[in-house]
Amino acid sequence: MTSRRSLNLALLTGLLTALTACSATGPMKGKRAPKTAIPQTGVVTLTVSPYPSTYKPAVSTPRLIRGATILVGNGERLENADVLLRNGLVAAVGKQLEAPADALIVDGRGKWVTPGIIDVHSHLGVYPSPSVDAHSDGNEATSPSTAQVWAEHSIWPQDPGFEAALEGGITTLHVLPGSANLFGGRSVTVKNVHAVTYQAMKFPDAPHGLKMACGENPKRVYGNRRQLPSTRMGNVAGWRSQWIEAQEYARDWKQYEARKTAGAKDLRPPKRDLRLETLAGVLRGEILIQHHCYRADEMAIVVDMSREFGYRVSAFHHATEAYKISNLLAENKVCAAVWADWWGFKMESYDAIPENMILVDAAPGGCAVVHSDSAEGTQRLNQEAAKGMAFARRMGIEIKPEHAITWLTKNAARAIGLDARIGVLESGKMGDVVVWNGNPFSVYALTEQVYVDGVLRFDRANPRALPESDFLLGQPAYEGVIR
Amino acid sequence: MNTLIHILVRLILVSTFSHVALADDAAAFSSGSALLIRNATVYTMSRGATDPLKATDVLVQDGRVIAIGQGLSAPAGTIVVDASGRALTPGVFGGLGHIGLEEIGLEQSTGDYAQRLGQMRPEFDVTHAYNPESMTVGVNVINGVTFTLLTPASTSGGSLIAGLGAPVGLDGTAPLPARFMFVDLGGDANDLSGGSRAAQFMLLRQAIVEARAPNLVMVHDERLLSPSGRQVLVEFLKGNGAFVFDVDRAIDIRNTVRFAREEKLNAVIRGGAEAWRVANELAAAGIPVIVDPLHNLPDSFDEVGSTLQNAAKLRATGVTVAISLNDTGVDDAGKTRQAAGNAVAHGMPWMDALAAITRSPAEIFAVTDRFGSIERGKFADFVLWSGDPLDVSSLPDLVVAGGKLQKLESRHTALRDRHYERVKSGMAR
Repeated sequence: MTSRRSLNLALLTGLLTALTACSATGPMKGKRAPKTAIPQTGVVTLTVSPYPSTYKPAVSTPRLIRGATILVGNGERLENADVLLRNGLVAAVGKQLEAPADALIVDGRGKWVTPGIIDVHSHLGVYPSPSVDAHSDGNEATSPSTAQVWAEHSIWPQDPGFEAALEGGITTLHVLPGSANLFGGRSVTVKNVHAVTYQAMKFPDAPHGLKMACGENPKRVYGNRRQLPSTRMGNVAGWRSQWIEAQEYARDWKQYEARKTAGAKDLRPPKRDLRLETLAGVLRGEILIQHHCYRADEMAIVVDMSREFGYRVSAFHHATEAYKISNLLAENKVCAAVWADWWGFKMESYDAIPENMILVDAAPGGCAVVHSDSAEGTQRLNQEAAKGMAFARRMGIEIKPEHAITWLTKNAARAIGLDARIGVLESGKMGDVVVWNGNPFSVYALTEQVYVDGVLRFDRANPRALPESDFLLGQPAYEGVIR
Repeated sequence: MNTLIHILVRLILVSTFSHVALADDAAAFSSGSALLIRNATVYTMSRGATDPLKATDVLVQDGRVIAIGQGLSAPAGTIVVDASGRALTPGVFGGLGHIGLEEIGLEQSTGDYAQRLGQMRPEFDVTHAYNPESMTVGVNVINGVTFTLLTPASTSGGSLIAGLGAPVGLDGTAPLPARFMFVDLGGDANDLSGGSRAAQFMLLRQAIVEARAPNLVMVHDERLLSPSGRQVLVEFLKGNGAFVFDVDRAIDIRNTVRFAREEKLNAVIRGGAEAWRVANELAAAGIPVIVDPLHNLPDSFDEVGSTLQNAAKLRATGVTVAISLNDTGVDDAGKTRQAAGNAVAHGMPWMDALAAITRSPAEIFAVTDRFGSIERGKFADFVLWSGDPLDVSSLPDLVVAGGKLQKLESRHTALRDRHYERVKSGMAR
């Protein structure tokens, strides 16, 4: 009976030793990062991840979606226009496109088309359904700094939440560790495609994130154990001491590389340290900071800290008081990934207001992102944005659908460093597209078709005969469910 | 006349600045004047009505609806609102939750909805903890939630029988007397029944025996209930209140139906993730189900058959359906409306979905005299919507709760207004 969020909160209160997902990270903005750099003995830098993506989109027939209302994702809206998908990519967007001879035509009249929706704050796979004790894989709550762990190594690809999210139009997910720790570990971006292994979902060449956490969660978890941090000042000291270590580590490797390049012989590389590799990756700009933080005053401290150590925060996640510092965030090019209407479930969310995304958006250069942190919420991020639009209207601000969609697409892609590849329907971008049966910012809107890299992954007209999740396969209680 | 023009001018603003425009009206109305809603699309949700009533007026005086019809005339001094065809519905049901029973979810000192006495205390009555001035009341009412069920919860250190709950209007008045007993069943209550759901009906039967036949219990027998607990339980067993069973698995629901029949309980199912699989039995037994239409994932092994179509399938089978989120967070009360809209998207008739957040919960908990419909002679309790009442893109333009026009202001709107000014001024910190 207890819903997922209640369970998360229960876990957070310490009924169980593990913390859950809720209230963990923050989004960010970002340039596309280079491939993960892995220092190894005898090799300064490898450009190949030891856990590489094996995802390859299936070969797809070209599709021409014709005559639809298109929310491009960059703020533009086209009426009675077409989208051509070819070779897994968006090949063209515009009016009266020529249909290639081999293309399937999708009648888009009366339909709305958007880029695939991106959820920058997901715990699918790491806190999967069913949420039994054995599935609590999202918080390595054994030390306040576990930058060495990677969320991807916890992902259970069978989580039925993935296919439910797909039906809601989610084509890309950023999966994060929870917020028990000051440094929770690396986050990962996946394509929402069914697979047996996570590597076959992993977004090729996407930058890792690093989940950090402010406020109540780390200080509660470790304060209850009588160790640092037990206070907010302890949180800050905990972060800073780690960054100092990371600076030294990065310097040691840089010196080693310089000597090696200069031809020095018999060099011993510094000892690898998984935790510091992640932190050094942040300082080199390769790993993007996703910082869970609710309060305005704490976010301002984090911004100062990022200057102290020379890195950038990509996004604050949850950021329920982002509206109090919209201009500070915009000036520092930090996105705020927020809910529409969660509030009051903990002290640091007491000042959350449903206009948060609107006030973030109102600052010049503001980067508002709508996120879920919830297996339920991720299925209807379009409705979360619609709520924000309604509250905007109540205060006299009219938000157009073509603008609101950027909170779920372009801005979200920026927060996870993928804005060069997804989030906008334009030639050359990945073919992640959703066809809706109407204006997506309505409670009645349903997806009709969801494409990932040009492949039709969900089709309401042809529901799957079987669940994609192995977990649900052959379950008598599930028989007769058509999602 | 001047007043009327003044008000009409202000009402032009209603669609964009309703909370501001109506603030003064709320003060005037509460001091005893009348309110006339003109030209609304009225969903009365009363039994037998042919809703919606188009181009219809609703006149309120002294807190009660005194007329519903076309071309009503307004007494002098009446506040007149031109609805311009917008939808007028009964106030929305906020579900089973903790509004006014907690301020901050994670702060135990602010939460009063569960007891951890380590005893079965059916007489534990959460209405005694209700705070009508909690921020959680005001924030919800301006979003159109006018009534909710104060609901006790079972928690570790407590009991399967969570205690007593009651409906309350979010107009600052006191809750009604306790009207239902909340019982948690299934796997998530195993730690309250010695580790097995098999012990749950065993314990309930023992409690019922104690309440019905106190003399059967020998002096040295270990008792589950206190004397006052036995008194309260026996009243509910006589039919003076409902038993709300929080249960999800199909076979557990089936067992609950049988248990209710055998013990002659006035039963309601809450949650009911797999209720659609036993819909025929529920319909035959006349047992209503309070569902969460957003719940479609197998969160536990009690909920493997969860589906977005639960509400639609139950309704199609003739089961009375009300809507509450499973989550009891105070921020989820207004989400019952979103849940109803999603139920429609997944097959529930629109009017049934509106009933599931208005009339049906009022009927299930026998409070139709105050909530759930717009009827002559009843307390005025309704919402004028900016658009489709079930759509997330709509918000209230006007709320009347408990016969009183509500100011559309809360701590949230105060925070919004203060900080929007700062954003516009370019202030960074």
